[in-house]
Amino acid sequence: MIPRLQAVLFFILVIASLVMGAVLFHMREKAHDRMLAGQDAAPTQAPQVAAPEQARLSVASDEDNTLRAQAYSLPLPVDPGARAKAILGKLLDLYAAPDALHPVPGGASSVAEVFLLPAHGNAANAAAQKDPGDELAVVNLKGSFAASHPSGLETETLTVLSICDTLHANLPRVAEVRFLVDGQVRESLAGHADLTRTYLTSDAERPDATKP
Amino acid sequence: MARRIVEMLSVLIATSAVFAQAPQAAPVAPAQRFVVVIDAAHGGDDTGGHLSDGSYEKGATLALAVRLRSLLGARGFQVVMTRESDATVNPEQRATIANRASAQACLSLHAAETGSGVHLFASNLTPGAVTRFMPWKTAQAGWMTRSLALTGVLNSALQHAGMTVTLGRTALLGMDSMTCPAVALEVAPERDADKKLTAEPGNPDYQARVAAVLATALLEWRTEQGNVGARQP
Repeated sequence: MIPRLQAVLFFILVIASLVMGAVLFHMREKAHDRMLAGQDAAPTQAPQVAAPEQARLSVASDEDNTLRAQAYSLPLPVDPGARAKAILGKLLDLYAAPDALHPVPGGASSVAEVFLLPAHGNAANAAAQKDPGDELAVVNLKGSFAASHPSGLETETLTVLSICDTLHANLPRVAEVRFLVDGQVRESLAGHADLTRTYLTSDAERPDATKP
Repeated sequence: MARRIVEMLSVLIATSAVFAQAPQAAPVAPAQRFVVVIDAAHGGDDTGGHLSDGSYEKGATLALAVRLRSLLGARGFQVVMTRESDATVNPEQRATIANRASAQACLSLHAAETGSGVHLFASNLTPGAVTRFMPWKTAQAGWMTRSLALTGVLNSALQHAGMTVTLGRTALLGMDSMTCPAVALEVAPERDADKKLTAEPGNPDYQARVAAVLATALLEWRTEQGNVGARQP
């Protein structure tokens, strides 16, 4: 004969087990619904910071030592510094491609930052005409880019000139360009092209920029 | 009295003879020396670029410089080298050596694994007037006209020899401080019409051909009007 107290306790435990099972089932269903809802909220397309715009890149070719103007449609930010960085990133992406005519490893991530400042002129080009609205672009490259850049007069010169010409083509107020590597002044890009100098964008765009 | 007159006449005759000979006795100006500075780029700790055959640029430039020095020496040029061994020479020292030499031609020799043929570069400084004290970093500006002329002579000779030549302007530390007609010459791999590699920049035969053409071009440069003793740009 089972005592009455034990029978009551048994039924209470059975009821508690059933209630706990129901609660657990309900919580599992809710968790499943939350997970499905989270998957639905994930973006299916990469976000764009801006509408695509036309950018003109001066793409270098080692074969004939020339710069060729090419137009690309890119999503470009409104901020001029970020815009310049995005455009140069695209240019260096082209150079990092396997079939590039001017192969330079690194790609878009090689441009750490581009700063735009009022141009004050420089002693090396004192004769150059200055407009009050002229800007100096300071291009801060990553050390890994300079370290992996092929060494040579032609290839280094083309990289510098193509960056200068591309900046001026898309930001016409940029009249001068200076280069930093990891935030520091560096003597040369990879042993040849002088990076201590302030480059005039008018030099890069003139017809004899790559020909005497 | 007659004896005194004879003495005076003899003195006059002797004096007139001295004056007559004076123009002939004037010191003849020494033959103008024609100095060429050969700057073998890099050296020592600065290896320069890596060439495709595994060698360094500094070795290829020194080998070419030594070949060219021999050829120029045999043709009567006075040659000044910025380095004759695997030594570290910074750009300021190279320019100092060149400027002290009062040279009529300065060649900065380089080698690269990119491109093809021979690349000739003049400074991209804007031509300017020569002043008594030139800014060190842009001293080459006063010699730009003559540097471009020298580039033209070298280009003609190289093309006449059937070599592929690429011309350009560049900013090169050292060369931009030189007060002489200066050209940077980069020897790239030699390729045939199908772009197939036929000779590396360090190839002795290839270097010998380039050096021979350069020596011929410098002979032409020397004979051009106004080049002898032309320190002025």
